[in-house]
Amino acid sequence: MSKQRAAVVGIGQTHHRAKRDDLSIAGVCREAIDRALLDANMTFDDIDAIVVGKAPDLFEGVMMPELYMAEALGAVGKPLLRVHTAGSVGGSTAIVAASLVQAGVHKRVLTVAFEKQSESNAMWALSVPVPFIMPVHAGAGGYFAPHVRAYIRRSGAPTHIGAMVAAKDRQNALKNPYAHLHNEGTTVETVLASQMLWDPIRYDETCPSSDGACALVIADEDTAKAYSNPAWIHATAMRSEPTTASGRDQVNPLAGQAAAAALWKQAGITSPIDEIDCAEIYVPFSWFEPMWMENLGFADQGTGWKLTEAGETAIGGRIPVNMSGGVLSSNPIGASGMLRFAEAAMQVRGMAGEHQVDGARKALGHAYGGGSQFFATWVVGAEVPA
Amino acid sequence: MRDVAVVGFAQRQMKEFEGSPTCVELLVPIFAELFEQTGWTKSDIGFWCSGSSDYLAGRAFSFVSAVDAIGAFPPVAESHVEMDAAWALYEAWLKIQTGEVDTALVYGFGKSSAGVLRRTLALQLDPYTMTPLWPDTVSIAALQARLGLEGGHWTEKDLAAVAQRSLADAADNPYAIRSGKEGVDELLARPLYADPLHKHDCSPVTDGAAAIIIAAKDHLPTTAERPAWISGFAHSVDQADLGSRDLSGSPSARRAAISANVGGAPIDVAELHAPFSHQELILRKELGLDDSVSINPSGGALTANPMFSAGLIRIGEAAKQIWSGDAQRTLGHATSGPALQQNLVCVMEANR
Amino acid sequence: MTGLRDGHVVGGRTSDGVVRVPPPEFDPVTHAATTDFVGVASEGTVVSWTWVPEPVKAQPLDHPFAWALVKLDGADTAIMHAVDVASNDAIHTGMRVRIRWAAERVGAITDIACFEPADTAEHSESFSADEGSAEGVTGVITPVSLDYVYAASPEESAFFRGMAEGRILGQRCPVCRKVYVPPRGACPVDGVPTTDEVELAGSGTVTTFCIVNVPFLGQRITPPYVSAYVLLDGADIAFLHLIQGIDAHDVRMGMRVEAVWKPREEWGTTIENILHFQPNGEPDAAYETYEGHL
Repeated sequence: MSKQRAAVVGIGQTHHRAKRDDLSIAGVCREAIDRALLDANMTFDDIDAIVVGKAPDLFEGVMMPELYMAEALGAVGKPLLRVHTAGSVGGSTAIVAASLVQAGVHKRVLTVAFEKQSESNAMWALSVPVPFIMPVHAGAGGYFAPHVRAYIRRSGAPTHIGAMVAAKDRQNALKNPYAHLHNEGTTVETVLASQMLWDPIRYDETCPSSDGACALVIADEDTAKAYSNPAWIHATAMRSEPTTASGRDQVNPLAGQAAAAALWKQAGITSPIDEIDCAEIYVPFSWFEPMWMENLGFADQGTGWKLTEAGETAIGGRIPVNMSGGVLSSNPIGASGMLRFAEAAMQVRGMAGEHQVDGARKALGHAYGGGSQFFATWVVGAEVPA
Repeated sequence: MRDVAVVGFAQRQMKEFEGSPTCVELLVPIFAELFEQTGWTKSDIGFWCSGSSDYLAGRAFSFVSAVDAIGAFPPVAESHVEMDAAWALYEAWLKIQTGEVDTALVYGFGKSSAGVLRRTLALQLDPYTMTPLWPDTVSIAALQARLGLEGGHWTEKDLAAVAQRSLADAADNPYAIRSGKEGVDELLARPLYADPLHKHDCSPVTDGAAAIIIAAKDHLPTTAERPAWISGFAHSVDQADLGSRDLSGSPSARRAAISANVGGAPIDVAELHAPFSHQELILRKELGLDDSVSINPSGGALTANPMFSAGLIRIGEAAKQIWSGDAQRTLGHATSGPALQQNLVCVMEANR
Repeated sequence: MTGLRDGHVVGGRTSDGVVRVPPPEFDPVTHAATTDFVGVASEGTVVSWTWVPEPVKAQPLDHPFAWALVKLDGADTAIMHAVDVASNDAIHTGMRVRIRWAAERVGAITDIACFEPADTAEHSESFSADEGSAEGVTGVITPVSLDYVYAASPEESAFFRGMAEGRILGQRCPVCRKVYVPPRGACPVDGVPTTDEVELAGSGTVTTFCIVNVPFLGQRITPPYVSAYVLLDGADIAFLHLIQGIDAHDVRMGMRVEAVWKPREEWGTTIENILHFQPNGEPDAAYETYEGHL
């Protein structure tokens, strides 16, 4: 039996900010949901099931918050699923929602991913002292910085590549009204001049901590065909591996390579850089752009940085990356993955506004989480998949 | 829909908390047991999915280390729900329905003893109007039980009868952590725990884990002589607000039963995830199970209730009834949230 | 919440005409934000109750009390709160109860200290939501404190017992033969517990590292300091620890280091027995020797 076709017909996101004091946790979700339903020209009555995703419950201090929000999310009387796959959760949540349609179980599924980090202290939530582990107290930046150093050593990349990525993404964010950071005048020089936090990662090369949400309406083929520009889901893939294992490659993880291989195969793509028009990938620290370009197969190992250096990942380049400004410009953790998936869908729908890539017909959405160990990816396209 | 069957089931439920094993330690022998049952290795598994809770474990990303038990290297297709693993089974079943994979291993785990469960679960309530008061799970169930008692839905004797049957049946379940031969009158003579509930009306705090293997037709292990074919699988949720919900019923359980076509043919055995005696009575009514249905031959959640796997265990126990030839059509049920807020029903049959 | 601070209870009338207390943020039928707020009385009727002989931490009362669902006069739905009565004989369904307000009110559910039996009915008052004073309440802070007990697996226990004796113990996976330190309840490649004990030297190689320049709450070492992956000689996996005894900016990939232990009398079953690693004076290891561990 083959998979049913599915498409994104509604997209909504919040205006991401460090603190959305004006909204409750449910209110943040509803800002995104209401915009997605409006975009899809639907109401809650049209929705068959709800899929909720977010990263650790400790970020808001509510255990399984979808339960208390069942009414606010319009889920009462319907099936409600709650996904949690660490940082990749926004992506995997969209994939689970898609599978409800692809399995032929439902016709119209609403999915929302969110994080309201300001409700609690995220640095604290990530640093609950667990016995048995040396407390090096370094946070997420401290976790990933050694792997960035290893990448630089392995690829021989010049040290300004990270700053180039950061400057590009922050410039892209200026075109995105929803982005958290709108830092005018960010250039390679200003990034290089910012404080070195977790050497080799500078302040301007890190993501902010945001409140925000993203929602999608995913519909079956018959429903989607009534829309002028649905984003058809061509392929989805998720892969996981352990956090640490002897010989595990932390720079170019096998799980990411495996997810990409499965994704391209499913989407019928043989040369990603030629066949994908733009990519929205999960880059919380600037150096992860070249690392993931290699991991995803857009470039050979050790050469991803050359795409960045040549300006090929800017809007107008050969493979534009993170047109929305990316995670570097908005990072409501649980929603960050879905925002990547949503941006890919907006691009192929031609609805990305000022950050639209001309003629985008096929786009990649990508998310990762944990210690670079959980990967969720999708390819969406303007054409109905074969 | 593709035909999918439950073909493997293993569990651990711990009697003692002292020196209680870690989740990885619980899972390693469970996976080994599943592979022995099916004759498979991890490379025969197309998709892995788990259910657990960070707040139960007391740390963010607590499910991550459980991936070690898989031996997920080379990488695997894998996902996780912050719910009872019965919903992880649902996600895995979906994945098979999409045609992307043909087999899946689903697991759930939790160590309720790591914290004070009654307090931890207060965080599941409305964070503005309820959590600051720290209402505990048992008290909420007791409010529900009294509403039913005074509303004429059940009697104290009915509750004791549920507990009596569960404790007696648990004697044959090596994993149950409570069992007993007391009669209804003896149980009623015991002191009250959370008026009107007795301790035997409330599930024990339990550490444990469980796992299930499902497979599509033409991809069954050769050991599956009498697979438990999933003929109906559905779930639904109710509002959270206890004050405006009719607590003597469970509309979400009723809706799930209708979607899963429970009433389409007689059910021989039902394994209901009822952490409190009166909740079994609610579920029997809402799922349309009459007196001919054998309820919880395993002893049910009143005799062992490992959080985040107890629902999956109900499905596994119901599947076993088909494997053994004792039943033709069975039902496994899982619940989540305070006072039966969210419910899932999985109907299994011997005949495809 | 603003109403509570000001000493009255506000409900929300939803599109189905039902007055709900507390008011839902969104209408259960139309899903629109609730806008029709109505005052309800601070006295009402017990709909259901239970008895708490032993209150747990942070509950409204520290002596035995009852939880109850209370339907306030003017409301159609019940609210859950504590009722201060002496015993379970002193409460019954249908009993009239009244709010006991907290002395200091901040705009939170705890502004209702609890309910108490209502001996007289004349205190029943109704307020309109519009009469609230000053600024509205826009947030609630709820301190959450939970205690957990973590268990160590037999493999981890072996490691920590070794630590208490000043030894670094790893274990070999019986399948892939790799040496894990600390040992594992499950080899992440093979999914089986590591078994054969291997005592490791205190020396190793820095594979990669990060210089932490960020100060933050709870930090015990003054930045800048180096957190590094150290591949111990004889081990097949690197682990995170601190590098000291050298300027942070002089730390290099491939640098050879050794463990520096706390004084013996301070040893416990913890990895913190090793204070940090420091250079041991050997020449740097060749990149090829550790590139497979990055």
